Amino acid sequence: MKVFSQLGEYLLFLRQVFTRPDKFRIFHQQAVKEVESIGLESLWIVSIISIFMGAVATIQMAFNIDTPLIPKYTIGFATRQTIILEFSPTMISLILAGKVGSKIASEIGTMRVTEQIDAMEIMGVNPANYLILPKIAAAVFINPVLIIISIVLALMGGWIVGTATSLVTSTDYILGLRSWYQSYDVFYALIKTVVFAFLITSISGFYGYITRGGAEDVGKASTKAVVQSSIFIILFNLILTQLLLND
Amino acid sequence: MIEVNHISKQFDGKQVLQDITTRFIRGKNNLIIGQSGSGKTVLLKCIIGLYIIDEGDILFEGKSLMEMDPASRKNLRKEFGTLFQGGALFSSLTVEENVMFPLTMNTAMDREEKLERVNFCLKRVRLENANKLYPSQLSGGMTKRVAIARAISLNPKYLFCDEPNSGLDPSTANVIDKLINEITEEYQITTIVNTHDMNSVMEIGDQVAFIYQGQLWWEGSRNDILQSSNKELNDFVFATELTKKLKHKSA
Ligand SMILES: Nc1ncnc2c1ncn2[C@@H]1O[C@H](COP(=O)(O)OP(=O)(O)O)[C@@H](O)[C@H]1O
Ligand SMILES: [Mg+2]
Repeated sequence: MKVFSQLGEYLLFLRQVFTRPDKFRIFHQQAVKEVESIGLESLWIVSIISIFMGAVATIQMAFNIDTPLIPKYTIGFATRQTIILEFSPTMISLILAGKVGSKIASEIGTMRVTEQIDAMEIMGVNPANYLILPKIAAAVFINPVLIIISIVLALMGGWIVGTATSLVTSTDYILGLRSWYQSYDVFYALIKTVVFAFLITSISGFYGYITRGGAEDVGKASTKAVVQSSIFIILFNLILTQLLLND
Repeated sequence: MIEVNHISKQFDGKQVLQDITTRFIRGKNNLIIGQSGSGKTVLLKCIIGLYIIDEGDILFEGKSLMEMDPASRKNLRKEFGTLFQGGALFSSLTVEENVMFPLTMNTAMDREEKLERVNFCLKRVRLENANKLYPSQLSGGMTKRVAIARAISLNPKYLFCDEPNSGLDPSTANVIDKLINEITEEYQITTIVNTHDMNSVMEIGDQVAFIYQGQLWWEGSRNDILQSSNKELNDFVFATELTKKLKHKSA
């Protein structure tokens, strides 16, 4: 029962979030700020993880395709597919759920328990719209950029390690990367990313927004935000894969 | 004037306010006193419309809050200045931006006009040269002053203060009380102050409403308090040795 009442509360919250901003100029300013705090501040961790994961993926492919029957360039091809279809959009989004989700929930939760949200409401501002919409907009815009960067860096990581350890030649790896390329795969990755970006920011914003009590409750809200966004990412990953790849 | 008529409020089946009727007078400091947890904050938030009351009505200059359409409610809110318990300054904005926020969201003033108004308000609370500081860099007393400056920036008709001197040392608390008092008289505002601080009551309590377990238990002026024979009020007021001595002297 609690699940349904919370879902209802979440939908009501979204309705408050998705109203037309009173002052568009301010919305724009806020969104730009959020692009910086959600996107640019995550660039470093996204890059590091992507390079290493690309490297590991390549090594594992090489070990598993250790038969003369399968051509070496398959390593590049298989690495590319894992990275584009699953690793970059899903795993990086899960990491962002941890980093960005906890940040949003604790920021909004703190504003709630220190009555900053009440203060805003009294000043004639719709706090859900003013605080959350720029975050959703920023993430939906910048996360696909992060994912593209992640894909590129992961493939580079694979190339560096693959060639440095002589598991695969540069020519084979690059040939693999270019084989059977379908732009639909990238489209699928970006659709997933956009949905995940929405889930992370709206769910975390929601848990922050409904926080009651004090500092301890802000901590709890932040944990809940990360857990719930992650669960919903996994769930929607399955749904979207079923919808988009199952033809 | 604000009139509260038979209002009740409950949370998850727990009755927090019960059939409260009282009124708050223009140009006066109307105090709501009571123990921690007695329902002062909830009452204040019902009056400003942050909580929706279960029963009763609230009238602002005779106009019913319950019967107002959303647009009139929004306009009414522009006449509110609110000082929340911890100050509730926006932590990501500077002092100047905090005081400017209500102006930006509610008026068509250009930047210069806004800045002029901000500086006027900050000067009014005797806080100059703090424009560029962030809330985390302010002392408790400064935080309250900025919050007052922000509350008066739109020239409110009503001022609501939730425990304005909680967490302050007695002399700073006194300064804040006096400031609220001055502003109330100067601009003839209807001011409501929640407090559990007897010093404030004696200092600025033009009209005092005592809330006990969610009910209006006693009403009167600060002078009546010392003479009252209401047991719960006496227990609340004369809780400390110091105030007990005061009672002996006045008797
Ligand atoms: N949003 C809320 N949900 C549930 N209970 C609440 C809420 N706000 C206040 N209460 C309860 O109402 C009672 C009165 O609280 P409050 O008005 O904050 O007291 P105080 O007089 O100290 O300001 C308390 O028991 C508190 O737990
Ligand atoms: Mg209170």
